[in-house]
Amino acid sequence: MCEIGSQIAISMKVNGKTYEVLVDPLSPLSSVLRDQLRLTGTKVGCGKGECGACTVIMDGRAVNSCLVMAGDADGSEIVTIEGLASSGKLHPIQEAFVETGALQCGFCTPGMIMSAKALLDSNPSPTEEEIRRALSGNLCRCTGYHKIIDAVRIASKLIGRNTNQEPVLRGS
Amino acid sequence: MQGGAVITAEAMKSCDREPVVSQMPGEAIPEGQRSDGRYCVVNKPVPRVDAYEKVTGRAKYAADIYFPNMLYGKVLRSRYSHARILSVDTSAAEAMPGVYCVLTAKDLPGEQSWSTYLFLAGDEVRYTGDAIAMVAAETPQIAEEAIRAIKVEYEPLPGVYSIEEALAEGALQVQDYAPGNIVRNTHWPVRKGNVEEGFAKSDVIIEREYRTQYIEHAYIEPEAAVVVPNPVDGSVTVYGSLQNPFMTRRAVAVALGTQIGKVHVIQQTLGGSFGGKEEVMGLMCGRAAVMAVKTGRPVKMVNTREESFLESAKRHPFRLRYKVGATRDGKIQAFEAELVDEGGAYNSQAQFMNWRACVHTTGCYEIPNVKVDVYAVHTNKVYGGAMRGYSSPQVIFGQESLMDELAEALGMDPVELRLKNAFRPGSVTATGHKLEGQSVPLVDLIKRVLDETDFFAVRERYRKEREEAAQSTGAPEGRLRKGIGLAASFRGCGLGAESPDATGAFVAVMDDGSVLIRSGLTDNGQGLSTAHAQIVAEELGVKIEDIVYQRVDTSSIPDGGMTVASRGTFTGGRAMLGAAREVKKALFEVAARMLECDPEDLTSAEGIIFVKGDPSRSITFKEVANRAFWSGREVSKLFWFIPPDLPWDRPTGQGPAFPTYAYACVVAEVQVDMETGAVDVLKVTAGHDVGMAINPALAKGQIYGGIAMGMGMAIMEEVEFSDGDILNPNFDEYIIPTSMDVPEAKPILYESDDPVGPFRAKSLGEGAMECVAAAIANAVADATGRRIRELPLNLERVLLGKSLKRGKGGASK
Repeated sequence: MCEIGSQIAISMKVNGKTYEVLVDPLSPLSSVLRDQLRLTGTKVGCGKGECGACTVIMDGRAVNSCLVMAGDADGSEIVTIEGLASSGKLHPIQEAFVETGALQCGFCTPGMIMSAKALLDSNPSPTEEEIRRALSGNLCRCTGYHKIIDAVRIASKLIGRNTNQEPVLRGS
Repeated sequence: MQGGAVITAEAMKSCDREPVVSQMPGEAIPEGQRSDGRYCVVNKPVPRVDAYEKVTGRAKYAADIYFPNMLYGKVLRSRYSHARILSVDTSAAEAMPGVYCVLTAKDLPGEQSWSTYLFLAGDEVRYTGDAIAMVAAETPQIAEEAIRAIKVEYEPLPGVYSIEEALAEGALQVQDYAPGNIVRNTHWPVRKGNVEEGFAKSDVIIEREYRTQYIEHAYIEPEAAVVVPNPVDGSVTVYGSLQNPFMTRRAVAVALGTQIGKVHVIQQTLGGSFGGKEEVMGLMCGRAAVMAVKTGRPVKMVNTREESFLESAKRHPFRLRYKVGATRDGKIQAFEAELVDEGGAYNSQAQFMNWRACVHTTGCYEIPNVKVDVYAVHTNKVYGGAMRGYSSPQVIFGQESLMDELAEALGMDPVELRLKNAFRPGSVTATGHKLEGQSVPLVDLIKRVLDETDFFAVRERYRKEREEAAQSTGAPEGRLRKGIGLAASFRGCGLGAESPDATGAFVAVMDDGSVLIRSGLTDNGQGLSTAHAQIVAEELGVKIEDIVYQRVDTSSIPDGGMTVASRGTFTGGRAMLGAAREVKKALFEVAARMLECDPEDLTSAEGIIFVKGDPSRSITFKEVANRAFWSGREVSKLFWFIPPDLPWDRPTGQGPAFPTYAYACVVAEVQVDMETGAVDVLKVTAGHDVGMAINPALAKGQIYGGIAMGMGMAIMEEVEFSDGDILNPNFDEYIIPTSMDVPEAKPILYESDDPVGPFRAKSLGEGAMECVAAAIANAVADATGRRIRELPLNLERVLLGKSLKRGKGGASK
């Protein structure tokens, strides 16, 4: 007979909000986010950390949420794609993805944007090589990556201008 | 309320039909010959209509849907690629708490198969994706446990695992209905002129064989569906990751044994498809529907990546055999070909795949004497299906490699050979289609791409570099060798004579001035919703923001066929345009009365309807829409577009195959590491005759994506088998291009004045990838001086000239 396993209570902060959840300790964080918190912006494409569609930011680092066991997420702070836009205003990375048309089917997009955010948080002015490397764990089958790389470059400029209190000019 | 509307500067310009300069950032006016910028919305790089929902994570893909009381479905698949099933014991699974149904073939309420594919196999399994039982349970974990608790007793049988095995004398027959393992209805001949006479005239004749591999679609979203039963009338509602909701509707009706109209299918945002989410989705939705009706609860099924690899269709591998002859001056006199593709255990696509192959076998060249035979074979492997380009990427790899080899045999420049034989206006194709009344810009397109790439100078520079490296290192070849290669193609737009290409569109103007549009064709991520919205906005003279697009819902629009053959914009756009024209006619009649003029005097742009040449006499689109609606006018239209009939003579393969053709020329530059065999694709320049780009930004997006997918086909991707077992069913072993791998890419949108498509548009989605592998293969041959006739050009093939494949069987030599 099947033993489903005993559940444990974990506490984590997701997009600034604290959640207490009963989870199967071995189920992946991606399932907790999607099936329990219904934050379905985080996608699952391969279930073994190869495609990056499930990328979220956990304690400041981009991680494949399909490889994080729910028990290990206890006490962590997580940002998902739903946590980026604030009061209806897109995050500059999201804005840049829209402007450059850096998406087609959109399934890889949340993971791409989270990887880009982790990069720009730690390295606000990356080179093209650094952008390519930071996105290399995120597979995209539609776009051929060029517009995504452009979007991250433009986002870095948008964020730089925001920081410098200069007016934000779209594109460039 | 005459003259009440404010005429914008944009509208004024449109009124005079003066060029309107694009205001969008990031994109210039599209490249190409005929960008006169006369339009307000089409031919502009407007942002995608679905961008916001996708960057915020709000878009709902099928796996993102949850219902109260929902169960999770799972499938037990075969352990063997060919076996007799002696018994299936489901008792342990049925006894598990949380399991609501366990079904085998005998429990199916409707048909066991749909279009040859089995919902559940009964007494025989023919490939490892065949399903034997299915379970619906409270959680996915319980469903998986239950699947593991099912006991199947098999009698393994010998199988057929390659084209050669399938065609061998006395070969085991995979399907009773397919004698000699030839897939039904897949033989397509072409007979033009007399090849014997052509070869007799030829000074040079060569014979070659090429092969291509099994390729996975590798859309990032695995297949998913939720089926909700309606116990009142026995109907079901299906939410799924569907490329072809109407095809899925038919499959579900067959599985349930119910009327088609009782199956309501709603397409969810689709996470990529490329031809893949067709058969596999019919099977998944059919199974989920059976379990939903059985349990009376919604049933959700989501494939793991491994399950997706096991059961989803693959690109058909081809064996391409050619004999071609030319006179010393480079004029091709005769072309004979036998193309055989591997169709797997079940197949309903190869018949269409092979028709397209027979039309395009000889490439974009005028050849007087042609003899072509195409057919497909069954094996005990996963079935072949549609994948971006259909048969063309395979066929072009063979045929454009052959052109380079023929040029070499003639001692002629391969570019010169192509230009000498290339289609021109008035040329006659291999199927006897005289290219008249359509644009045929192939020669100019090739020249444009040669110019943009500085082809001849670069080729010469790479040759010198190779020579110098060889001299300075003392190694016979030099370690890193660069090369450049070219491939050209033509591609029939839409379905052509293959099958009915008619489709419908619905345009409804609301009394608030917004416009609802619906198509029977799907947005798979390619941006069809945006292209359709642009076409309707342009024709009605409203802003793109005024268009509301709704996804395909099979109960709200008639079956308009499949979203395949790059027909979404080309054919579907014609239906949209037709519907918009009829609605506009009704609105202009109302506006004319309001403005006291003739409807013929009116034009519209940016949401304003006004008198041509006198923009002060104007009224808003919204006011007219409101007046028209409340005076009982018909301001919605379902328009059915039927392309002209294209007669086809099957025994000879002669006829006008397509209404028009899109041309392409791709140049690839590579660097090959002669010590490791690694091919680094440096740059790909892709010139595409798009007719007119409805959305230049999206069109370029198609080309960037096509280059990446074509590069995967050329040097990286291959589904590996041991007999019928797939050895690399996830992205840790099946490697697709990443952001680190993709080359510099330069798309060229070449615009030509073609009268067939909506706003002159031709097809692009599939053409965007079809030449890439061929161009890369020609570049590798230029770099290494060695021709590799089998894809992919991986380390072993480049280094050793053969594959070191794992496992048993397979097509590799």
